[in-house]
Amino acid sequence: MDLRFTPEERAFREEVRGFFKENLPEDIRRKMVDGHHPSKQDIVTWQRILNRKGWAVPNWPVEWGGTGWDPVRQYIFLDELQSFPAPSPLQFGVYMVGPVIAQFGSQEQKQRFLPRIANLDDWWCQGFSEPGAGSDLASLKTKAVREGDHYVVNGQKTWTTLAQHADWIFCLVRTDSSVKKQEGITFLLIDMKTPGITVRPIQTLDGGHEVNEVFFDDVKVPVENRVGQENKGWDYAKFLLGNERTNIARVGVSKQRIRRLKELAAIERVGDVPLIETPRFAEKLAALEIELKALEMTQLRVVAAERTREKGKPDPASSILKIKGSEIQQATTELLLDVVGPYALPYLPEDEAADHGSNEPPIGPDWAGPAAPTYFNWRKISIYGGSNEIQKNIIAKAILGL
Amino acid sequence: MDFDLSEEQSLLKDSVERLLADRYDFEARKRHGRGPHGYAREMWQAYAEQGLLAVPFAEEDGGIGGGPVETMIVMEAFGGALVLEPYLATVVLAGGLIRHAASAEQRAAWLPGLIGGETTYAFAHTERQARYDLADVGVSARRDGEGWILEGEKSLVLHGDSADRLIVSARTAGSRRDANGLGLFVVEANAPGVSRRGYPTQDGQRAAEVSLSSVRVGPDDVLGSPEGALPAIERVVDEAIAALCAEAVGAMDRMHRLTVEYLKTRKQFGTPIGTFQVLQHRAADMFIALEQARSMAFLATMMAGEEDARERTRAISGAKVQIGRSGRIVGQGAVQLHGGVGVTMEYSVGHYFKRVTMIDALFGDADHHLARVARLGGLIAA
Ligand SMILES: Cc1cc2nc3c(=O)[nH]c(=O)nc-3n(C[C@H](O)[C@H](O)[C@H](O)COP(=O)(O)OP(=O)(O)OC[C@H]3O[C@@H](n4cnc5c(N)ncnc54)[C@H](O)[C@@H]3O)c2cc1C
Repeated sequence: MDLRFTPEERAFREEVRGFFKENLPEDIRRKMVDGHHPSKQDIVTWQRILNRKGWAVPNWPVEWGGTGWDPVRQYIFLDELQSFPAPSPLQFGVYMVGPVIAQFGSQEQKQRFLPRIANLDDWWCQGFSEPGAGSDLASLKTKAVREGDHYVVNGQKTWTTLAQHADWIFCLVRTDSSVKKQEGITFLLIDMKTPGITVRPIQTLDGGHEVNEVFFDDVKVPVENRVGQENKGWDYAKFLLGNERTNIARVGVSKQRIRRLKELAAIERVGDVPLIETPRFAEKLAALEIELKALEMTQLRVVAAERTREKGKPDPASSILKIKGSEIQQATTELLLDVVGPYALPYLPEDEAADHGSNEPPIGPDWAGPAAPTYFNWRKISIYGGSNEIQKNIIAKAILGL
Repeated sequence: MDFDLSEEQSLLKDSVERLLADRYDFEARKRHGRGPHGYAREMWQAYAEQGLLAVPFAEEDGGIGGGPVETMIVMEAFGGALVLEPYLATVVLAGGLIRHAASAEQRAAWLPGLIGGETTYAFAHTERQARYDLADVGVSARRDGEGWILEGEKSLVLHGDSADRLIVSARTAGSRRDANGLGLFVVEANAPGVSRRGYPTQDGQRAAEVSLSSVRVGPDDVLGSPEGALPAIERVVDEAIAALCAEAVGAMDRMHRLTVEYLKTRKQFGTPIGTFQVLQHRAADMFIALEQARSMAFLATMMAGEEDARERTRAISGAKVQIGRSGRIVGQGAVQLHGGVGVTMEYSVGHYFKRVTMIDALFGDADHHLARVARLGGLIAA
């Protein structure tokens, strides 16, 4: 047992960090530090920089652009990326549909889609959830009926993140209603420009637009856009969700948020004393750092175990990462509320702030604006990607045998 | 000991609840919020007609002579409907300053318009550097013959953009954060030298940054002693906190009901999600937090009129801590149990969550008041 990173791994970390320093545009980094969302263009720009370096899709098979890094290096890369902070690659392509196509797709699908995902020429979104199928995903109802060389799709997806930007959507659809619900599901790739698709925005409680409803009305999808076999979609979906685990805890994001908290709590004063020197705040912050350190070590144990684990087979321990990771990220947003105090109050939506930002001064400290919206918005982290309740059910069943 | 309402108090509660049930459902609230000042003028008139704006004022001033219990009744109902009108700013804060600090002539001059719904007020007190320290005031008031001249910047003035009059705290002596040397000045919002920048707040209400540049105030527009206003400010802020505790309880109560209703109707895995025991327990925890908050809101109401400032303050601070903590438990729980629906603008539960979160940030958050309770020796006598 040697719990330290090897000299090679430490050198790798330096190399990654050096590349980010040299290549990430400062305005994008600044936005991330300030707690604003990177724009579509920011994400595209950064993805293409990574792609030129050969680091766009580290987790993929080498023949499709993967780097061949072992799980520890994959982890180090993401940790550096998140804590730098740089925009995370659009997960729907790089971490979700890309690996599924690489594993189960036809040769034509691989050639057609994978390079365009790596370069973010195609923006993908995830069409799994439906109004009646959230935690109980397998009960989904969107229907696809085979007619010659097409499927005709009817139904509705919801909570579809950034569908407003999307060129393509990958969907789970029902192709057989007569069997057990998991056994009648098919995985389709659908061009968002196909007639019959309507995207409607859902405004989140912070005022942002990141999720949508997507309606399908007699949408014709060529059979060649089916991944793998008909009615085997659930297996591919499980593989997809199992692949998420290296990213799920977002330890790097929390590290960066804590660094930022320290910076701001040193500026904000309670009387003559910087907030960070008041015992109550200092101890709350320290307690959170301890939790985060524990999570990082747990994450590394999962990563190390991954070297010997079958690809795409979910490790139930990743549920620990999801639960703790989301709780810690949410706790960082609560501490930021503590820092801004009364200046949580003003509501200046991000696009308006961007439009008028240059001539209207902020209300209170210029860093206070995103505090409350982020606190509100990040409640989602314990809801999506398998809610924390569902993750605890997994631990109870799959690990504890209850 | 009696937690029951008197007959008059029950009538007040019924009438305000009925008014809101008729005219303030969630869809109506959205409409009201689109009004020119972010609230509905016609609702303000309705409150005036029902006597709600008269609640805390003495009968000889044209009020109905209510106390903290009556204010609690109104505010709790307002919390349940997420009312947007400037009741806290006008009736509780400004009205409180007028009740405690104004002369009989001043009350006669100002209260009829306030109670009648013709004039709205805002309390311009907070400043950029002050955080939650009520004595931290840098805006200056300088003698000018019989009157005064105000200079400086006020921030986060609740409903300051639409108010007809502002009550401005300003320093007449001493240095920033001195307890002595504060005065209260009543200023017409459109007086020369007053400029305001209004903006929405996270909870759908409004506030303003107010800048005062050589604003003249006549001798009749000073409230009480121009050097000794802090005790009145502290007292009124304690009353406002008690009122906010009641509002938060109303909001939490509604959030909790919405959640329990949702647990009964939302189905996943072929069954209402309320059949999952873990969700039942979470709803039970939220209920416990709500009831603890309700109890402390009662304590705050009971102590809001306490003459001994030290006793009053530590009870009020204790209540504010409980409200802040319960607000997080109930608010976060309500959103979580609603799943994706909980984080949308379209559905009401998120709006209650936002209001309760902002109540925590008003007049001192839970940490601020926790430190104060500790400094004052806790709530249980040694
Ligand atoms: C911001 C955001 C972005 C999203 N992006 C996408 C996307 O891009 N693509 C996509 O397909 N989906 C997306 N989702 C959907 C997300 O995966 C679902 O919200 C999630 O699966 C929960 O489903 P639900 O919202 O219907 O809640 P429900 O499943 O109705 O759950 C409501 C509550 O019940 C609990 N619950 C449910 N079942 C059980 C059980 N068996 N035991 C105990 N508790 C239970 C839940 O934990 C939750 O607290 C997104 C959601 C959000 C909020």
